[in-house]
Amino acid sequence: MTALAPPRRRAGSPAKWVLLLPFVVMFALFFIAPIVYAIVQSLFATKSSGLGLGRPETTFVFFDNYARALSDPAFVESVGRLVLFAAIEVPLMVLTALGLALLLDSGKARFPRFFRVLYFAPYGVPGVIATLLWGFLYIPATSPVIQALGAIGIDMNPLSSSGVLFAIANIALWGFAGYNMVILMAALDAIPSELYEAARVDGASTWSTTWHIKLPLVRPSIILVTVFTIIGTLQLFVEPLVLQPLTSAISSTFTPNLAAYNQAFAQGNPNLAAAMAVLVAVLGFVFSFGFLRLVNRKDSRAW
Amino acid sequence: MVNRAPSTRSGAPSTLAVNLVLAVAGIYFLLPLVWVLVAATKSPGELFGTFGLWFSDTPRAWENLVALFTQSGGIFTQWVLNSLLYSGLGALVAMILSAAAGYAIAKYAFRGKEALFSIILGGVLVPATVIALPLYFLLNTVGLTGSYWAVLLPSMVSPFGVYLARIHANASVPDEIIEAARLDGAGDLRIFGTIATRMMAPALVTIFLFQFVTIWNNYLLPLVMLNDTKTFPVTLGLTLWNSQTQRDPAFYSLVVMGSAVSAIILVGLMIALQRFWRADLTAGATKG
Repeated sequence: MTALAPPRRRAGSPAKWVLLLPFVVMFALFFIAPIVYAIVQSLFATKSSGLGLGRPETTFVFFDNYARALSDPAFVESVGRLVLFAAIEVPLMVLTALGLALLLDSGKARFPRFFRVLYFAPYGVPGVIATLLWGFLYIPATSPVIQALGAIGIDMNPLSSSGVLFAIANIALWGFAGYNMVILMAALDAIPSELYEAARVDGASTWSTTWHIKLPLVRPSIILVTVFTIIGTLQLFVEPLVLQPLTSAISSTFTPNLAAYNQAFAQGNPNLAAAMAVLVAVLGFVFSFGFLRLVNRKDSRAW
Repeated sequence: MVNRAPSTRSGAPSTLAVNLVLAVAGIYFLLPLVWVLVAATKSPGELFGTFGLWFSDTPRAWENLVALFTQSGGIFTQWVLNSLLYSGLGALVAMILSAAAGYAIAKYAFRGKEALFSIILGGVLVPATVIALPLYFLLNTVGLTGSYWAVLLPSMVSPFGVYLARIHANASVPDEIIEAARLDGAGDLRIFGTIATRMMAPALVTIFLFQFVTIWNNYLLPLVMLNDTKTFPVTLGLTLWNSQTQRDPAFYSLVVMGSAVSAIILVGLMIALQRFWRADLTAGATKG
């Protein structure tokens, strides 16, 4: 990041605090406080004494809630499912967005502006509504796609237990591929045209221009898009929640977030829910930082 | 934006192949939207009995539209207005707070600046779902849950907005101009309010739009915070109706028409404003 040396300031200028504090206070109240609260909550347990008479007692139980979450097969399974989902979704998303951006930028696209707007449009459709729509397109009774495929002898059930992760990945892809593509196109647009001229003089092919000029120069944007996709993927909640009534392949602990939500509101165990939420956040950090370390290693910067 | 790319060479994918792939992708992105517009003209019976991508013999778009806006005393209109309020006001305040904080971090030196910025950037990496549950229990203790504020206040914080604002304050507000304005006797707050914000305008629009869509699409936060249907945003309202379809199939028409109308509102907004999304999100990184 460019660090311009800031000009000398009159000492103790109060203006910077007036500018800074409103955000910092709101950030502390609505970001830091809930995270701290969740961590504290996750270390306690509420037990109702004896026959439920008298006040329930809150006791410090250290890592008991984490141990409980991690020894619950359903929760562990949901974490495994989430990791599998990320393994499908993240490459699918990044490669689709990058592929579309490169095709639109290739100079061969007939109506680049039109396609760009078209691909971007689903970003405006909330995940809930996208899921409702795709839900209809996933049931044979209402889906023209499944009916058409059935007519030529291909029977498909996207909501079967083997297909449901792909069905959910498709909804996320539909909603966000165009948005990620726009981020990548902004980076492609920023490449100075002299570089293309030089490449042409050197007789570089389209492939080598793409490989040696475009991809290295949009690398920061590809990393940004990948990290955003990883974080978005780990939040998986809305799609399975809305698809749940349509299929028996989605349980109430399908994803860690769904499990945490159910613990908090259906099972009435906010402490265990907090531990689950913290585990999801830790998973997010491990994945994001792991990815950033991987791509920032010296020897992998070749491209 | 496309014409300056290198010219075609042999061995490269042909123009035809490129456009074919783009067209197929276009059909994919359009399919659910076309389906919902067609489905919105059908009765629940026709929804399950006729081909999904063509109209029935007796289209009833108007009847469905009237039903949508009159169901439960016109509550759908209330939901749309709620969504506009949450997203519009939330994004406006988020934009102002982010712009001020990002500008301050870019243009002032103070102790702990980089540490503060790192913590804020860490906020970008925290999944929103992790925050929603504990936030419910926190706000419950101060009696804020169930009110508009329970959704509005958390929506006014955008760490990503601060990140964007810092990058663009660095890139587009020259220090010389700040110094010159100071010599002319302008106060620091006035310099920010009248000069810097104008120079950062494209980034501010991006922050606003990003946060607007984020709030509009956020489902978990209103789901845990709200219990009175009068305070619901569109997304929550439509899933409420969707849960009634088992009991009364008439709700299918409401859900489909409601989805069509809210998709049109936001897709229309996206298309109208999409050129503002061009601000390069990684400007700082590429220049660093």
